Amino acid sequence: MEKQAGEDTLEKVVCEKEVEIKNADGLHMRPAMQFVDIANRFDSDITVSNAETTVDGKSIMQISMLAATCGTKLKIRAEGSDAQQAVNALSELVEQRHFDEPLPG
Amino acid sequence: MKFADFICFEATVAQLKATNRDDAIKELILSLEKAGKLKKGASKDIIKAIIKRENEASTGMGKGVAIPHVKYKSVKELVGVVGLSSAGIDFFALDKQPVHSVILMISPENDPDKHLITMEHIFKNLQREMFRKFLRQCSRPEHVQDLLNEADEDSSL
Repeated sequence: MEKQAGEDTLEKVVCEKEVEIKNADGLHMRPAMQFVDIANRFDSDITVSNAETTVDGKSIMQISMLAATCGTKLKIRAEGSDAQQAVNALSELVEQRHFDEPLPG
Repeated sequence: MKFADFICFEATVAQLKATNRDDAIKELILSLEKAGKLKKGASKDIIKAIIKRENEASTGMGKGVAIPHVKYKSVKELVGVVGLSSAGIDFFALDKQPVHSVILMISPENDPDKHLITMEHIFKNLQREMFRKFLRQCSRPEHVQDLLNEADEDSSL
């Protein structure tokens, strides 16, 4: 019984990273879908914040609501057993792959 | 950003005749054209472009709403139009449910930031269950205009 009680608190990893939107068109609907797609592959709870609000990283409506333009900085936060992997995968999508879209210029 | 800044209320279709996605898009574009919001002869092209975009990934985001949109070169000002269907339209939505409220948007090619800010305003409101419910219940274009004006004034709606 004691062991069961302990399982609830097992591996509560929290991981956070600030990323910058680099593609010229910003976080419009298609990139938002890519983001949510990847976020949903993880068990961790994922939130994304800009300067004003924090939204659910697994909800397409909420992510679209961020309206993050090129150059915007966002904070990705994951909480759960696979938090580190989730943040790595999402920050790679935003900063390395820039949603497979062109950069400005 | 306000709905009143970009929605062409004159073109609202409170009861779409269309029963499928492509016809609904067509109906809304023709309504915008009739309201004088589109360059002559551009409609056909725009309809094609929106359907093409929709085929890449549905803008039916779930909960009965869809936001078909496209960037189009000959459009100078971002413009949007609202269409409602009480029967519901199959938009191949993410949650596979029929769509009752459509907000269609055409943006100029060179202003991605404005496109995003407009999307933010749309989603901020569509997120709210009350707003979705009220929008869906509008049976006349004036109701849509009243609701959107109210949403512009009072963000708690």
